[in-house]
Amino acid sequence: MTRQQVLDLYFLDARHKLIEVAAFLDRVERAVGRPAGRADLPVSQVARRRVPTGEDFRLKAFHAALGKLRGKQKEKARRVLLAFSDPTTKPVAKAPGKGACGAWPGK
Amino acid sequence: MRYIEPHAHMVSRVTDDYERMALAGCEAVCEPAFWAGFDRSSAAGFYDYFCQLTEHEPKRAAKFGLKHFCWLCINPKEAEDVKLAAEVIALIPKFLDRPNVLGIGEIGLNKNSRNELKVLEMHVDFAAWHDQLILVHTPHLEDKLKGTRLILDVLKNDQRIRPERVIIDHLEEHTAGLVLDAGHWAGMTLYPETKCSPARAIDILEICGNERICLNSACDWGVSDPLAVPKTALEMKRRGHLTAAIDMVIFQNPKKFLSQCPKFKIG
Repeated sequence: MTRQQVLDLYFLDARHKLIEVAAFLDRVERAVGRPAGRADLPVSQVARRRVPTGEDFRLKAFHAALGKLRGKQKEKARRVLLAFSDPTTKPVAKAPGKGACGAWPGK
Repeated sequence: MRYIEPHAHMVSRVTDDYERMALAGCEAVCEPAFWAGFDRSSAAGFYDYFCQLTEHEPKRAAKFGLKHFCWLCINPKEAEDVKLAAEVIALIPKFLDRPNVLGIGEIGLNKNSRNELKVLEMHVDFAAWHDQLILVHTPHLEDKLKGTRLILDVLKNDQRIRPERVIIDHLEEHTAGLVLDAGHWAGMTLYPETKCSPARAIDILEICGNERICLNSACDWGVSDPLAVPKTALEMKRRGHLTAAIDMVIFQNPKKFLSQCPKFKIG
């Protein structure tokens, strides 16, 4: 496909998704209270830890991932995925529950 | 357009889905053993599940002219219990000769724990010993990159494993290259929110090439679509991909990989 064809096919869909992201961030800012991790998931104490700015680790990772969209670097999708990923290499001692939550809580 | 569904958890789908898949052009559906959404209480639970995969589901599929194949294992979400895992793996030989069993899967990792890794190694050893194909699940979301690397190391460290007899599933932009570079087959799962969208899957195809890549829906008891593969084929057509290229990805590629098991015969 040409760049023109890609834009013609996907622009509206991408625009919609960008507005959804913006609305999500507005919703977070509008909501009251300080985040304390996801109480609904049986995650370890480490995962519930707030980062020093008082921000939920998922939001911190989200903002870091958003930063990957700017600039001329290629492979933006891969960089966004890496921004959410656990970068460590050693297996953990015990599985902290069953589910994943979308962002690495850090050590 | 004909297609093969290489990864669908039909035990969790209604019979209508088989009909819809057949109408959409599906010729064969392959079902790996997975987590039921709860932990089974004993190896006996897995025995019954393996009976369901090898006896009941093929009959349901056959009502709509569909061939049903399956894979056997204890899935990564239940692999923290190594003792249970050993009991389940010990059951598998009873089922290996059944006509629709393709190999061992979906093995892999979930939270990348030591016990999960141990159970993965047990499965790989079993598969190597019995010369079985392997289907691997890579972890979800933030755990996927780490888990994929650990899985690739396990496979590489077993000299008996031939890379082309392993398909590693649920790949995304940050893991597809790792798997293909290691010589394995790559599965891309078209599953809402937690895995690839059709558009992203096609992007990965366009970047990595069509060889050794399969698409699947991995439809299960979650919000998922058993018709994700034909819908992605339609998206490929919208983008201008030729019919032969689409057929290669959704039919020829899965047929080539799965036909390494002599039991996989369709048409």
